[in-house]
This record gives sequence, C-alpha cells and structure tokens, in this order.
Amino acid sequence: MANNTEAQKIMATTPAPTPQAIMALVLGWLLPGAGHFMLKKWYRGGLLAASIFTLFFVGMGLQGKIYSYNFGDLLEMLGFIGDIGNGLLYGIAHIMDWGQGAINRATADYGTKYIVCAGLLNVMSAIDAYHIAVGKKQ
Amino acid sequence: MNISLSHFTAALLFALCASVVFGITQRSAPKDMLRYGAYCFSLFVGGVFVAAWVMWFIKR
Repeated sequence: MANNTEAQKIMATTPAPTPQAIMALVLGWLLPGAGHFMLKKWYRGGLLAASIFTLFFVGMGLQGKIYSYNFGDLLEMLGFIGDIGNGLLYGIAHIMDWGQGAINRATADYGTKYIVCAGLLNVMSAIDAYHIAVGKKQ
Repeated sequence: MNISLSHFTAALLFALCASVVFGITQRSAPKDMLRYGAYCFSLFVGGVFVAAWVMWFIKR
C-alpha cells in the first residue's frame, strides 16, 4: 500500500514525454549533439558533439573494432550494444566497412573501447536532451 | 586513417572527452558543470597514476 502511494507520487512528479522531447532523444542518438542543437543549447551541443566525434574517429584511427550483430558471444553482444549508441556513425562505419581490419597494434584495443564508450556517452547525451526538453533539467 | 598514440596520451584524451560529457549531462548550472567535469577529469587521471604504480609494484 505504502509502495503504491510512493509510486503514484513519483508518477505525478515525472514530466510526461512530449513529441519535442522524443524528437530530441532520437535526434540526439542519431547524431551526437543534435538533440541539444534542436533545443538551441548551442555550446552544450557543440561540446558534446566534439567529444563524441573525437572519441569515435580517434577510435577508428587507432584501428578499433566495430562490433556486428552477434548474440552468440556475451562480450560481442555488449560491444554491439555500446556501438549502436553511436547512431548514424555506427551505420556509416558499418556500410563503409570500417573497423573490420585485423588488430595488429597494442593500442587498437584502446580504439575499440573508445568507440564503445563514444556510443554509451552519446546515449547519455541524448537522454540529457530529453530531460531538458521535458523541463526536468535547465 | 591511422593514428598512433601512447597509452598515456590515449588515457588522457579519453579522460578529457568523457569528463566533458559527464560534466554537461550530470549538472544543470554551467559553473557546476565545469566543476564536476574537472572533478571527473582529476579522478580519471588520478586513477591512471594509481593503476600505473600498482602495476609497477606487481611487476617487482
């Protein structure tokens, strides 16, 4: 009973998603920083885009691996989930067949982690854009 | 495109980019964002030095 009241309180204080907020979330996921640009948060969007693009492209330059759809291996699956956080960048990398070369340098593993982390950070930034759009954050 | 970075430079670059995103997404006011970003960056870099010393002692 107490839990039910608590849940109702949380539901009452949680802002409802608006079409603009959903758009900011999706755009932010597809293109790093785009959700913030849509909300006219130019500096934040620019810094987020610069950070995520830097991580992604330096990761590619370090010969990092782009994970493919493979649910047979747990690590591959987690890497794939991280990678798809990059949105369109992941799609472009997949189409251009980037990140598929044989790893022959010690720092290539850094590149793989850079790309996965860029995806996870992009998801964080897209959720931040959503929170700004619903008024949960300034 | 091939980039060659040392382990330390790669760790610093990662720390910088991740700290910027953490600072912006986890705080609301610009001043707090800057402070939190700097805090995250110092933790990342501090962690690199601690890990380096731990590995040095393990190697000995």
